[in-house]
Amino acid sequence: MGGKVGLKGTDGKEIIQKARELGATQASPARAVEALQRLLPLKVEFELITYPFDMGEEEAIHCGFEPKVVGRIQQGATSAADTRAAAKEMLSLHVDLILFVGGDGTARDVYESVGKSIPALGVPAGVKIHSGVFGVNPGKAGELAAKFLRGETKLQDAEVMDVDEEAFRIGRLSAKLYGYLRVPYEEELIQSAKGGSSTILDEKMSQQTIADYVVELMEEDWYYVLGPGTTVKAVADRLGATKTLLGVDVVHGGKTVASDVNEEQLLRLIEGRKVKIIVSPIGQQGFIFGRGNQQISPKIIRKVGVENIWVIATRNKLSSIQVGRPFLVDTGEEDVNKMLSGYRRIITGYKEEVVAKVAA
Amino acid sequence: MPVHPYIPNSDPEVKKEMLRALGVKDAEELFAVIPEKIRFRKNLNLPPSTPEYEVRRHVEQILAKNKNSNEMLTFVGGGCWPHYVPAVCDEINSRSEFLTAYTGDVYSDLGRFQALFEFQSMIGELVGMDAVTFPTYDWPTAAGDALRMAAILTGRHEILVPKTINPDRLSVMSNFSGSLARIKHVGYDRQTGQMSLEDLKSKISTNTAAVYIENPSYLGFIETDCKEIGEIAHDKGALFLVGVEPLSLGILAPPGEYGADIVCGEGQPLGVHMSYGGGSLGFLGCHDDERYLSATGHRLISITKTKREGEWGFTFVLPERSMYTGRDKSACITGTSTILWAITGAVYLSLLGPKGIKELAETIMKNSYYTIKRLSEINGVRVPLFNSPHFEEYTVNFDKTRRSVREVNKALMKFGIQGGKDISSEFPELGSTALYCTTELHTREDIDKLGSALDEVLR
Amino acid sequence: MEDTVKVVEREMAYRAVAWNEPIIYQLSRSGRRGSMVSRPDEKVNATVGHVLSKIPEKLRRKSLPKLPELSEPEVVRHYIRLSQQNYGVDSGISVGVGTCTMKYSPKVNEALVRSPKLAEIHPLQDEETVQGALEIMYRLGKWLCEISGMDEFSMQPRGGAHAVLTNARIIRKYHELKGELDQRNEMITTVLSHPCNGAAPAATGFKVITLYPDETGIPNVEALKAAVSKHTAGLMMTNPYDTGVFDKNIVKYIKIIHEAGGLAAIDQANANSILGRLRIGDVGADLCHFNLHKSFSTPHGSAGPGSAPIGVKKELSKFLPVPVVAYDGTKYYLDYNRPHTIGKTAGFYGVIPNVVRAYAWIMSMGEEGLKETSEVAVVNNNYLIQKLLKIRGVTLPWNESHPRRLQEARFSLQKMKEETGIGVDGLNRRIVDFGIQRCFLAHEPPIVPEPFTPEPPESNSKEDLDQFAWAIQRISDEAYSTPEIVLNAPHNCAITEVDSSPSKDPKKWALTWRAYLKKHG
Repeated sequence: MGGKVGLKGTDGKEIIQKARELGATQASPARAVEALQRLLPLKVEFELITYPFDMGEEEAIHCGFEPKVVGRIQQGATSAADTRAAAKEMLSLHVDLILFVGGDGTARDVYESVGKSIPALGVPAGVKIHSGVFGVNPGKAGELAAKFLRGETKLQDAEVMDVDEEAFRIGRLSAKLYGYLRVPYEEELIQSAKGGSSTILDEKMSQQTIADYVVELMEEDWYYVLGPGTTVKAVADRLGATKTLLGVDVVHGGKTVASDVNEEQLLRLIEGRKVKIIVSPIGQQGFIFGRGNQQISPKIIRKVGVENIWVIATRNKLSSIQVGRPFLVDTGEEDVNKMLSGYRRIITGYKEEVVAKVAA
Repeated sequence: MPVHPYIPNSDPEVKKEMLRALGVKDAEELFAVIPEKIRFRKNLNLPPSTPEYEVRRHVEQILAKNKNSNEMLTFVGGGCWPHYVPAVCDEINSRSEFLTAYTGDVYSDLGRFQALFEFQSMIGELVGMDAVTFPTYDWPTAAGDALRMAAILTGRHEILVPKTINPDRLSVMSNFSGSLARIKHVGYDRQTGQMSLEDLKSKISTNTAAVYIENPSYLGFIETDCKEIGEIAHDKGALFLVGVEPLSLGILAPPGEYGADIVCGEGQPLGVHMSYGGGSLGFLGCHDDERYLSATGHRLISITKTKREGEWGFTFVLPERSMYTGRDKSACITGTSTILWAITGAVYLSLLGPKGIKELAETIMKNSYYTIKRLSEINGVRVPLFNSPHFEEYTVNFDKTRRSVREVNKALMKFGIQGGKDISSEFPELGSTALYCTTELHTREDIDKLGSALDEVLR
Repeated sequence: MEDTVKVVEREMAYRAVAWNEPIIYQLSRSGRRGSMVSRPDEKVNATVGHVLSKIPEKLRRKSLPKLPELSEPEVVRHYIRLSQQNYGVDSGISVGVGTCTMKYSPKVNEALVRSPKLAEIHPLQDEETVQGALEIMYRLGKWLCEISGMDEFSMQPRGGAHAVLTNARIIRKYHELKGELDQRNEMITTVLSHPCNGAAPAATGFKVITLYPDETGIPNVEALKAAVSKHTAGLMMTNPYDTGVFDKNIVKYIKIIHEAGGLAAIDQANANSILGRLRIGDVGADLCHFNLHKSFSTPHGSAGPGSAPIGVKKELSKFLPVPVVAYDGTKYYLDYNRPHTIGKTAGFYGVIPNVVRAYAWIMSMGEEGLKETSEVAVVNNNYLIQKLLKIRGVTLPWNESHPRRLQEARFSLQKMKEETGIGVDGLNRRIVDFGIQRCFLAHEPPIVPEPFTPEPPESNSKEDLDQFAWAIQRISDEAYSTPEIVLNAPHNCAITEVDSSPSKDPKKWALTWRAYLKKHG
């Protein structure tokens, strides 16, 4: 037993400044302390590494740790660049877990620095959190980190979502899937599993049953356009075909014929062929089209036909999107959105479907 | 509406108070959630509210039309066997804390968890397995679960069973394993009744998920080649499933020691009254292996520690293995099982102890052989049909007497004797045959009475 | 609040019996025994000789099985102590255990089923000797038909899930006989039905399509239409739901299913609230089942044996599991003559003691009593709802669409969880400190966050409901002010918090004492 934990604090300089002006006290330190307290019982069994001052050192000492401090920052004026530097430093030190405090922006910074190479876990301190990489609350995040260090949890890929800057620039606020972090997982401790504290089916197992079924339904002479996400990837894995996690790939005859295509390439590929589209809802709000799979444009949807779209999702995913709320589509074209809306069958397991509402 | 002794709030004053708290004049308003056009507004054709004395008298009068097995000599088994139920068993299972509990957590219901764990432990010892699941309804449903497990564990879809299997049990097993496994029969040796190893070898393949045998067989004999059957199964990568009557394990080797992967059986002989077939309990034991436990359709509990030193607690194992375990779904596992009988079984086995169960099994076997000897002295009767060792049941053939089993049984009734189960239609190749049963309940005089009655009847 | 002080005093004084009773194997002492076994006399011994030698050596047990060795009084004491550490309906308030309909089991029914006239009859006895048992089975069947509006019942299934599995097999056989089984391979259910309504058809080989509720708490009829096709075999769902909501679309659902050529099986586990007020057969159901250990008062037995007779319309009678109890005008008999039967789904005929108990209960209640049962069950539940909704942290999902419920209601403690960190796990560990049984949460999959589902059947008094509400209020107060007492609960129970790490760890778990000794020796 033994391990190293890298602690991170974050948030852009201007935002902190603005928050202070509005009279808000910086919530992150308090959250960090709450999380760290759950790790105190293990104090002697692991090494806590952190960044200086209010990027982690102060909170750690406040709790009673004797952290190893690395890195250099300008006290009180830290930014996303520092976050990324810190994450990269932790990576080079081969820590066992990066524990970061913040919101979707921080998660994205960590992701862009380390990807899935080492486990990471977020202590929530943001306003709205769309990513699935955070603990339910700071205390639970600390608990989960402790369990991870004791070897009592498994790891799972979790979505990193953040503001879609391009859309934001043209005045639309929406979230985009940026990638996946490897996160310690336990049902009631991680935020993505919002459906309640009772036992939930293992996500990986669910995905495998979906994959088993979809592969059974696939036919030799059809082309399958596979959207992003871990559930769709499970289908490709089952086939033994390669699949990018974030991109749109095409398989045929059980093999990948195109990887990470854009709309143009996709249009050419599907010309004159029998095509089905397989997609999975993205993000906490369950977008089937419009977040992370914009390559599957309205044009393509029209060409393929709504009846040739298979939507796949695990039961956990269904629960995490609040029950009673529809799945969403936002292709950019109203009439395509309309075509996709209504009550649709969604594949949720082996010979198992759910009827869910889809809305624009 | 009447005030009824079982309904405290049928007292009109109390009800009024409650309705007032709801801001409602009449309870009928609360039923507005049901659309009027489907409301039932008539009277049910049922008796009126009845005082306890009259209910009791009425039901007892109907039950008086039954003749129970103490009022006759009962020599029938066939999946439910007449055994003595010690008074302590009834004492414990009539405790209302056990009788009226349901699914409380271990904190309020420590008793049932511990008693169940103890039952599981004792079954584990009897059958030679380290893992025992929650009990199920009876042997047939436990066997059905075993078949499903085998299909899930091997990914194969064929199960081989002996042709001598209890057909009713087979029907249940088919209904349980239905979409997952096809069941095929393996022939038996006409002389010995034993499963034909040759036929088994010819029928087993890499499609076979499991070979299932019953030991003792439905027809009463002991499957003496059980170890070899297990080896043949394992050679082809199939599992070996064995169904048992637990009292036989007082003298027979536990299936876990001769190669079984899953053992199932009937717990009714363990202190549960027959109750016209309504007293039954299925148990299942298997290897203490994560794959096996993940495949079972039943709940699992483990002993564990608690925060306080030296204190025992219990926790569920693999609880997320719920109704949605992937492509081969088990039947529902939450809710009702047969825990009251499992508690009873623990009491029964505790009273018997190691020596007791051996003595009991010996007594049963001796009484059976005494009956066999006595009946074989009767002209025209062939018993048993199979040249193999028997335990508690044995086939009795009446072909040479030119009487059907039905006729013989009807005649025996006049002597106050219930004859064996008529298996002539289940096994037409065996002719006019009945399955008789002798247990520790039968004294020598009882058996001699059967002998002389049959002498009379078949004269 | 009237009598609150008394309630408080009583609640706070509760202490469970805590014997710290060893596992029976730890009490075992070599040489002791708890019973004497009858032995054959010398004549039998002389006649049969050494029978054990008839068993081949390799099959003889080499060593005695390791069973406990105790005297009879020691066995009695041990199990009496265990019973004292258990909690039944008779022990106290079980209002929290919703969907299970924890009602009073009349003691006269115990006396009836323990009579040797029922307990000591063998299922294969000559039918002339069991006319009493057959008569009660037959009569109960007829009464259940009257209560449900169905045409025939089978007593064979032993529990709700078992009944639903049996019904799924009947639906399958029905389509098979019509030659449409290949085409009709889909069964529809709703997610708020008991999960066996999805698991049973899946186990029977059907693809299962689940409808989720919309914002009103019940599925939209359009959702059903999207699920129905020429592949539809049928609909299997629970109504009223475990949330206490009555799905008023049921008539439309059944019509749509019938038009598509499917059958409708409506799980009546929650019949307690509609006895005498709604007959599911009249609404168009083709199949249904009742849980005798729920609506019909048979005791739960620490989780069985239960009994769940299935009812069908006459077109489906031919598929019922055999035997069915029939009457030829002079005598009762077991009818095996059903060429299209699905066979058997359990040994023999059903849990006959529970059949007798249910029969006696119905007779005791009578026609008016059944109606009083459903009325008081519903009044109790709504009274309890309005009390619980006054408690901080407690909300009732779908409250706007369904403020009034039938027999039970599914609440959410999500608000309390977000505000205090304490949710239903804490609730259940603390409520037992007051001598009150824990709450049932919800079935899989979780729809309502932090759910708990109380159900106060008609055998609960108003005082019971007030006391239960008091306990929830108390826990809420504690959660918002002194949460540690909840977090560290239970304090007054037989044991302290269990270590659940063996739950998923093969190296730690031990399902038997021998496994425990091997791993932790």
